[in-house]
Amino acid sequence: MEFNFSLMADSFPLLMAGAAITVEITALSVSFGLLIGCLIGIARLCNIKPLRYLANIYVDFIRGTPLLVQIFLVYFALPGLIGERVDPFFAAISACSINSGAYIAEIFRAGIQSIDKGQMEAGRSLGMSWAQTMRYIIMPQAFKRIIPPLGNEFIAMLKDSSLVSVIGFEELTRRGQLIIARTYASFEIWMAVAIIYLVMTFAVARFVGMLERRYDKK
Amino acid sequence: MTKEMIKLTDVKKNFGELQVLKGINLSVAEKEVVVIIGPSGSGKSTLLRCMNYLEEPSSGSIVIDGIPLNSEANINEIRKEVGMVFQRFNLFPHMTVLENLMLAPMKVRGIKKEEAEKTALTYLTKVGLADKASAYPEQLSGGQQQRVAIARALCMKPKALLFDEPTSALDPEMINEVLDVMKSLANEGMTMVVVTHEMGFAREVGDRVIFVDGGNILEEGTPEEIFSNAKEERTRSFLSKIL
Repeated sequence: MEFNFSLMADSFPLLMAGAAITVEITALSVSFGLLIGCLIGIARLCNIKPLRYLANIYVDFIRGTPLLVQIFLVYFALPGLIGERVDPFFAAISACSINSGAYIAEIFRAGIQSIDKGQMEAGRSLGMSWAQTMRYIIMPQAFKRIIPPLGNEFIAMLKDSSLVSVIGFEELTRRGQLIIARTYASFEIWMAVAIIYLVMTFAVARFVGMLERRYDKK
Repeated sequence: MTKEMIKLTDVKKNFGELQVLKGINLSVAEKEVVVIIGPSGSGKSTLLRCMNYLEEPSSGSIVIDGIPLNSEANINEIRKEVGMVFQRFNLFPHMTVLENLMLAPMKVRGIKKEEAEKTALTYLTKVGLADKASAYPEQLSGGQQQRVAIARALCMKPKALLFDEPTSALDPEMINEVLDVMKSLANEGMTMVVVTHEMGFAREVGDRVIFVDGGNILEEGTPEEIFSNAKEERTRSFLSKIL
């Protein structure tokens, strides 16, 4: 078998454009996921029972089912419900955000619970409300601790976003498939795709490590 | 007749099957210093923590300065007026000493920043740590941290202060600097309830000493009465072991 380097090089710009889209959906999904996760994570710890139950159901359902099935649910099952076609971009972002939100909720919950309970008591004993104590005392400390697991979640999402290729959304993996359909150069293209993913995840891991060290110094 | 600052009536507390407080009646007058002593697990810390509802009693009533603790609004209101000093200090590690002191007055009382800072510096000076205003808690010794914690409670201008074994987590050589601050507060007329194993402090500063065992107040009286003439055999045997 011959390894076709020039084909790899020719495909590179196309694949990089796909990689940009992969980064875009990952960044959007993790951002929405952060918002969802923060609220759900706090809801799982609050005193209001119905809120806590709903949050638990959400987290259990999402973490207990495959992302691929969740993508199918949004893209294929949801239109039957609302009677309208769902845009692949919308389907990709919403499925990934909802998925990421559940994992980030757990990260938040663990981060908040890792803060000594004396901190909450000190805040409350000074007359601050639960919400005030959360905002000014617990969350700033929890944030620092959740940077590494959040970095891991970002990396996981970067890789898992390849699943949205199945609904025809043209991110990195889908671009690779399309090029192979034309050129039959499976080995070269999948290698190129893998290397691009590797470079991206490696860069994110380094960046998170840097953030961590900077926070440690403070 | 002096004003009643803290009044507990038949306060009980259960943790599951275990009854930690078995019907406590206790009244603390304004400007009084009450010292609570007793063996570990006797319920003395739980008793103290009930006084600002960090621990919710299973039954019984608690009235602070005429206000019954029975609703969420009342509880927040009371906590502004009753400061607490913890065994493990519980300073906020992500804030400087000054920020630790300014946070609650600004957020809870709505005091302006400049004024909060002025108050904070006054109390820091009082506990002898004005030069540590911009330090972080982890840069301070245990004794210094506890003095900051006392200053933090004082910044809310409380009507009473609760101390939960404030010197138990300290190296022996740092205990006195904290006790000295507490003594000066007592002399200035602060109403204080102190759970402690420092019998010297109890004897010198306490107006009244309460001996708690097995979830009951077994005996109470002046330091003189308790330390020299305890009526109960249990009190005497406890004191003989730690004095």
